[in-house]
Amino acid sequence: MNAMTEARTRVTGDRVDVSAAPIMSVEGLSVGFDTPHGPVQAVDNVSWSIRKGETLGIIGESGSGKSVGLETIMGLITSPPARISGQVLLDGQDILSMPQRQRRQLRGDRMAMIFQDALAALNPSLTIGTQISEVYRIRRGASRQAALDKAVELMDQVKIPSARSRLKAYPHEFSGGMCQRVMIAMALAMDPEILIADEPTTALDVTVQRQIMDLLQEVRRERGMSLILVTHDLGVVAECADRAVVMYSGRMAETATMRDLFRTPSHPYTRALLQAMPRVDARLERLQAIPGTPPTLSHIPSGCAFRPRCTFAQPRCAEEKPELRMLAAEHSAACHFAEAIREETSHD
Amino acid sequence: MTQKLLAKTEPDPSVVPTQNANVEGLYDEERAPKLTWKIYLRALFSDRVTLIAALFLIIMAVSALGAQFLAPFDPNQIDIMNRFMPPLSMTDAGQFHLLGTDQLGRDVLSRLMHGAQVSISIGFLGAICSGLLGITLGIIAGYKRGLFEDIVMRLVDGMQSLPSLLIALFVLFIIGGGYFNLVLVFTFLQWTVFCRMARSLTLNLRDSNFISAARVLGCTDARIMLRHILPNMVAPLMVLFTLEVAILILSEASLSFLGFGVQPPNASWGRMIASGRDHINTAWWLVTLPGLAIFLTALALNLLAGWCRAVSDPVHSSRWLTPKRKQNKQEG
Repeated sequence: MNAMTEARTRVTGDRVDVSAAPIMSVEGLSVGFDTPHGPVQAVDNVSWSIRKGETLGIIGESGSGKSVGLETIMGLITSPPARISGQVLLDGQDILSMPQRQRRQLRGDRMAMIFQDALAALNPSLTIGTQISEVYRIRRGASRQAALDKAVELMDQVKIPSARSRLKAYPHEFSGGMCQRVMIAMALAMDPEILIADEPTTALDVTVQRQIMDLLQEVRRERGMSLILVTHDLGVVAECADRAVVMYSGRMAETATMRDLFRTPSHPYTRALLQAMPRVDARLERLQAIPGTPPTLSHIPSGCAFRPRCTFAQPRCAEEKPELRMLAAEHSAACHFAEAIREETSHD
Repeated sequence: MTQKLLAKTEPDPSVVPTQNANVEGLYDEERAPKLTWKIYLRALFSDRVTLIAALFLIIMAVSALGAQFLAPFDPNQIDIMNRFMPPLSMTDAGQFHLLGTDQLGRDVLSRLMHGAQVSISIGFLGAICSGLLGITLGIIAGYKRGLFEDIVMRLVDGMQSLPSLLIALFVLFIIGGGYFNLVLVFTFLQWTVFCRMARSLTLNLRDSNFISAARVLGCTDARIMLRHILPNMVAPLMVLFTLEVAILILSEASLSFLGFGVQPPNASWGRMIASGRDHINTAWWLVTLPGLAIFLTALALNLLAGWCRAVSDPVHSSRWLTPKRKQNKQEG
């Protein structure tokens, strides 16, 4: 076993049964909007799946369609005004075509979501206790006192000290890390099978980031939950995720297990991302920045969207949109030269 | 490459505590801050202007509620022998009229107290009814958008381009004056103000993260509107409500002055001014005193509205609730 799998095993502490059927799979999901600059495709033909107990990382820079895709799954983006196609299968049922009422039953109960800015995601005029206990009250019809007791229990689980005395506190009295813990407690209330964490640590400082990530991994392990981790921080994904999806301007660039992704990145974008990451072993070496900026969604270049910034670009890239191709088991990339790049990186 | 890359992200248990330091006692339960009524009272006492306004309104409320018991005379008791007695005068029969008597010899103080009952309760009732109607429609319009919003908001635009006093006069002319008809007309005319405000506040709130979070937790639309949106608009709506009460008291006075409000012999502040205006040259107190009552009540309501807004905001209230330190004279 090499250092990477060792490191991850130590953190996640368990292995995922890779032969199990996925608990949720997204198939050909596309989400588009009409804007004053014309129609844009925020998510373009994205497919991935997640197994029980697995952590799936979704990596991409701002505007790459990470959040839009997940908000569509959660039902925060709905068909008018957005144009949605594709399927999201949960236990073989397409949740996008379900009636609203049935979808609402799924939210909180089977899948929950936590947001980037936890302070903004808490209602400023309700106490912490009210907000955490609310789920029990609406779903289980629990009495006020019983729901508050459950809230204290949850707050203990997410390690908020002196939970009972903080029931009456308001969100603005909490720090960013504490707010994120409250969010996690709310999400865990109904014991969901899938937890979507949309950049849960981006707004926090590094030590708190670490605590929150450890907490997420811990509750995932204890409950056998699946975790979808959206981030632009490769370090966070490297540490926590089993597999990852790399997104670029609404499309999937590459998907692989973490081991394959770091060992044999096969899409020029993934490769560039890894080269742009600081390493402890290479002192004084300049980091390789990716030239240019990501395209705006209303002006996606023809062919491959990454072409203008790509060091491997050929005339063919401008004409032909590369399809996602399987390179190995659980490893696909959308590049015309994926095999060659994979070959090259594996010799490094 | 990968091994070295991961060396960075691998946790070092000696440096980073993997368990969150669950420090008990960091948050001392006994020292947990409690906002009691004492703090609010102290804040009220330290703000002299608001205190006076609050005291004035309390006096007004007590004298209005207890008019039947506290008024020194029957407000409709006519005493022709002692008409136009100036304030602080004594009749031959030994009756003391603190605020004098009117053209029919009725005690002005007693009439003011009974008038307060009518004016203030119409103001509150009108504001409550129009608030309920307007806020409900406004929140639904702002949250659901679509056709319902278009219909409601065009209706509001239409209503607000009508001359409201004229409409009130017209409607009251047809259905007749009186207490409940006044409340009805005020509700019909004033709900648009609440509706506009509630809608714009809802529009601000509906796209905020915590509404998304509530939806993700599976809250129904009704619950989101009632439990998540409404509490966040209490402070601005409370200010609007208080101002609206003041406006309705003024409107009631205007309508009663014009003879379309409360019918005689019942007293209301507007009616008192109306009947006293013929004698303004000889008996100034007949117009001045009810006018002063209207003016001061509206002013006190406005002052209190500002204070309520400041104190009810959970984020900024501490600034107002913290006792001010005395200025150091050496520094100044």
